[in-house]
Amino acid sequence: MTERLTATTAPYTIGIPPFRPGEDADFGGAFKEQPGDLWRPDPATCTSDDTTPHARGLLRVLNDNGEAKGEWDPKLDSSELIQGLEYMMRLRIFDDRMIKMQRTGKLSFYMRSFGEEAVAIAQTMALETQDWVFPSYRQPGAQFVRGRDMVSMICHCIGNTEDNVRGRQMPVHYTYKEGRFISISSPVGTQFSQAVGVAMASAYQNKDEVCISWLGDGTSAQGDYHYALNFASTFKPPVILNVVNNQWAISTHANLATGGRTFAERGLAYDIPSFRVDGNDFLALYSITKWARDRASAGMGPTHIEVYTYRAGAHSSSDDPSAYRPNDEASCWPGGDPIQRLKDHLVLIGEWDEEKHETLAQKIDDEVMAAYREACEFGDLASGPYPPASTIFTEVYETVPWHIQEQREELGK
Amino acid sequence: MIKSLNSALSISLKDDPNVVIFGEDVGYFGGVFRVTEGLQKEYGPHRVFDSPLAEGGIAAIAMGMGLNGLRPVAEIQFADYIFPAYDQIVNEIAKLRHRSGGEFSSPVTFRTPAGGGIKGGHHHSQSPEAQFTHTPGLKVVYCSTPYNAKGLLLASIECNDPVIFFEPKRCYRGPFYGDPHNVPTWNGHPDADVPEDHYIVPLEQARIVREGSACTVIAYGTMVHVAEQAIKDSGIDCELIDLQTLVPWDRDTVVNSVKKTGRCVIVHEAPKTSGFGAEMSASVQERCFYHLEAPIQRVTGWDTPFPHTTEWDYLPSPQRIAEAIKKTQEE
Repeated sequence: MTERLTATTAPYTIGIPPFRPGEDADFGGAFKEQPGDLWRPDPATCTSDDTTPHARGLLRVLNDNGEAKGEWDPKLDSSELIQGLEYMMRLRIFDDRMIKMQRTGKLSFYMRSFGEEAVAIAQTMALETQDWVFPSYRQPGAQFVRGRDMVSMICHCIGNTEDNVRGRQMPVHYTYKEGRFISISSPVGTQFSQAVGVAMASAYQNKDEVCISWLGDGTSAQGDYHYALNFASTFKPPVILNVVNNQWAISTHANLATGGRTFAERGLAYDIPSFRVDGNDFLALYSITKWARDRASAGMGPTHIEVYTYRAGAHSSSDDPSAYRPNDEASCWPGGDPIQRLKDHLVLIGEWDEEKHETLAQKIDDEVMAAYREACEFGDLASGPYPPASTIFTEVYETVPWHIQEQREELGK
Repeated sequence: MIKSLNSALSISLKDDPNVVIFGEDVGYFGGVFRVTEGLQKEYGPHRVFDSPLAEGGIAAIAMGMGLNGLRPVAEIQFADYIFPAYDQIVNEIAKLRHRSGGEFSSPVTFRTPAGGGIKGGHHHSQSPEAQFTHTPGLKVVYCSTPYNAKGLLLASIECNDPVIFFEPKRCYRGPFYGDPHNVPTWNGHPDADVPEDHYIVPLEQARIVREGSACTVIAYGTMVHVAEQAIKDSGIDCELIDLQTLVPWDRDTVVNSVKKTGRCVIVHEAPKTSGFGAEMSASVQERCFYHLEAPIQRVTGWDTPFPHTTEWDYLPSPQRIAEAIKKTQEE
């Protein structure tokens, strides 16, 4: 792990990020941790103590040459790997298109998953279709895995008449019940403790379901994070709790957010098996999530995972990271780029090449553009039409009570 | 009232396998006010259980359970301690149905003892209903007798919207008529005659406690009984309305009554400023202005923290309410 840096220790300690604008970012090249460093315990019998090295180390499968190594290699067949690559490429291309459209006023706001595409995609691919996904705003990629149509996603983002949440939420706050992808909320971290309840309900109903949730390094300061760990530790429901440590919470570096050691280690105090995983390593993410699902399915309860990654883009379309970190910091990240790493691996094993990659990228880009054009036929934020104003008043309650009905009549729409 | 609430919970557990009950001390012990006594033994520790001491976590798991098929009934041990759960209730549970375009909802009921009169000081006496009536998406219910406690609680649990269910802790063991030196039990009270079987007191309906023609007195919770005493003391023929549900409140019962009497007094324990009485007063004025013969009076707790030793000077007394009623007759 990287050392926590501080600007001062008196009169009290103030953390600082490793680099500020104008400085040369240098994380020391490659990770010192290597695939094969950490053994794979039996998920049905593993104790939290067994995972102490895993919480302090870094679980990797893909080495710096693109080879899959060690007993955590999930041994996916090439079609699954290519599917994962396709989802990640789709998410990046989709994000790039949306951020361009945001600049033209077609969306009020946008958030990319740039640099973190592997997180939700690899982890959701490792789950079963009946499992619940309770995301933050940085895991929209799970919807591709669950088969959501891009037109529907874009209709939400541009707030048109086909937005399934009827123009009530900011862009990227998706709901997709059909894919068991639970509604995203802006207050950070609330989903984490709710996910424990979702998992308790699955267990209560004796269903083979798990619930996976994510929050960020910054958000792990919230009470909801600690509620989630303590309730998960107490009731041991089938839940997978991920702290996505992408180094930055808007402009607040993880060094300013906690004086603790690795985020993963916190789980050990709750007697929850805890792992720190290379978040840009598709295979490692897949493997640990599959392990956690197997454990939950065996009735052994929660798993806590620190997903160690880097937020390569801005927090959102309203953010300018050049004001607080060097522009080239992402390119120095020892974990590299998750898409490039999986691509390199596929090329290395002879299942992929540059031409296939370019062809696929072009195909996705065409599909995204086609989806975008189709979505715009139902309106966009810049020019409408929007969902009817009557949607302000509906679904506040199961039925519209008299006082809201009166107010609707006052608006006259 | 404790027995009738317990009966409602027991019926819910029996009738609906998806009902689960949890909160601080509610399991083995049966709750600090004994409302859940015996339920864990009867229905099992996975259906009635003690939670860690974290109201925010209680609310969060309730929301998660509720959106995944269960019907959670969570106890917040005192309404004063609901605030760690405020974000989960106000930003999450209340808005889930709307924000998800109706794809998700969570039918949680939060039961919580509220109000003063038990020497509870700041933090075992507050009545924070207005903090929740101001939140779209929640229904807010306030019981006052053993009979309506059971029927309203069953209606709340069976409601598909989230409900904040306030229980006036001063009335758990008996009605309270404003005299701390003479506190009766529920024995012999007509509203303590509670059927053993399932019944509903519908949400959104007020109860006319006493018919009258000279003034409408609106109250809820413990203040229903204090107002009843005040009406007796005043000798004035008042109509007493127990709101029972604050959101959505019973427009027709209130408006028809004030149009009949032309006068209105609103009573609650919570502080005056931005209290629910302000909402009632404004609404009555909007709807009944040409029928009003006198300014609307509010008799409330003061705009101060709730005191310990001087709580009888804080809570609306029969004397203060009677004076307000008389004032409406002078104009």
